[in-house]
Amino acid sequence: MSSFITGLLRFRRGPWEMVASILIALGVIMLMQPFAIALYTYSFIITLIGTVMFIIVSHFPE
Amino acid sequence: MTDTPVDKVAKATPETMARRIRGLSDRTIAWIFVAPTIFLLLAVNIFPLIWTIRLSFTNYRVNRPNRDVEWVGLRNYERILSDPDIWATMQATAHFLIWTIVLQVLIGFALAFLINKKFRGNDMWTTIIVFPMMLSPAVVGNFWTFLYQPQIGLFNYVVAFFSGADPASFSMIGDVHLAPWAIVIADTWMWTPFVMLICLAGLRSIPDSIYEAAECDRASKWRQFWTITIPMVLPFLMLAVLFRGIENFKMFDLVVQLTGGGPGNTTTLTSIDLKREAFEKWRTGYSSAYAVILFVTVFGLASIYVKALNKVKER
Repeated sequence: MSSFITGLLRFRRGPWEMVASILIALGVIMLMQPFAIALYTYSFIITLIGTVMFIIVSHFPE
Repeated sequence: MTDTPVDKVAKATPETMARRIRGLSDRTIAWIFVAPTIFLLLAVNIFPLIWTIRLSFTNYRVNRPNRDVEWVGLRNYERILSDPDIWATMQATAHFLIWTIVLQVLIGFALAFLINKKFRGNDMWTTIIVFPMMLSPAVVGNFWTFLYQPQIGLFNYVVAFFSGADPASFSMIGDVHLAPWAIVIADTWMWTPFVMLICLAGLRSIPDSIYEAAECDRASKWRQFWTITIPMVLPFLMLAVLFRGIENFKMFDLVVQLTGGGPGNTTTLTSIDLKREAFEKWRTGYSSAYAVILFVTVFGLASIYVKALNKVKER
């Protein structure tokens, strides 16, 4: 866990890609879940943030 | 010394042309070869993408080209993301996507595993199994419409034979609960062979020597399956899931032909809804925003999936 946080603080690709992937997955689940329309409403912005973050952090050093 | 054919051609080349050819660096030649592809990519993919993003912030309607186009900001996105009908189409798409992928991977892998065994008529069975994939989706949609007919359809008779129910007592494409399964079954029937072929390629790429070594170590068949077969076929399986996932996210023709999106909106997938908004209601700006939302979703999913695929390949 501490190595994950250290990686985030040092702008390393692995942990940041993990964060971006979690955001994308969360956004897609929110988009397609059948439980709450409020989650659906905010799904796109979360997916968008995750996707843009993924593109940026994939250029970070390993 | 006599000239070789190459020397003769070189001497026959006009001096101006020869100078021009000699003057091209490797980098320039590489650009000359790559430029048409880059140009096509920009014209066919990148420009329409940027144009769609721009249109998504307007109220443009393509059937009224002379009307003033207003900049509406994020209004299209707000309306889409608070519309319960579009939310329902997202759920229908998720149902279709998840079940088709699960069934196609399970059945496709099982078929590949069986076909990979050496037996008589192996090639003939492969051809027969692959046959549905060669048909047009529109034909398959029509074909399954007849199979699902409550009065004359073969599907209802088969179900009735095993369940004891009356064949006319249920309608696969007329019932709101059964229609989503009707499209899943038809798509699974059509595309399982594709997954099977990819899995078969994976199974055939595993060297026999690995199994022989496992036999020497007295590993059981079950153990060999989980520690050799599955890990070595996994990249192929993941590739099949990626292909099918992207394909099924934009599934259109088969479902339109089979159910037309009905009954009600139960089988209206996002691609069908998008087409209606864009080319039946002519709400170009609105449908552009809809398309951007779908694009970001697929792009995001594909990004993390490709990352996972690369990790599996590296192992």
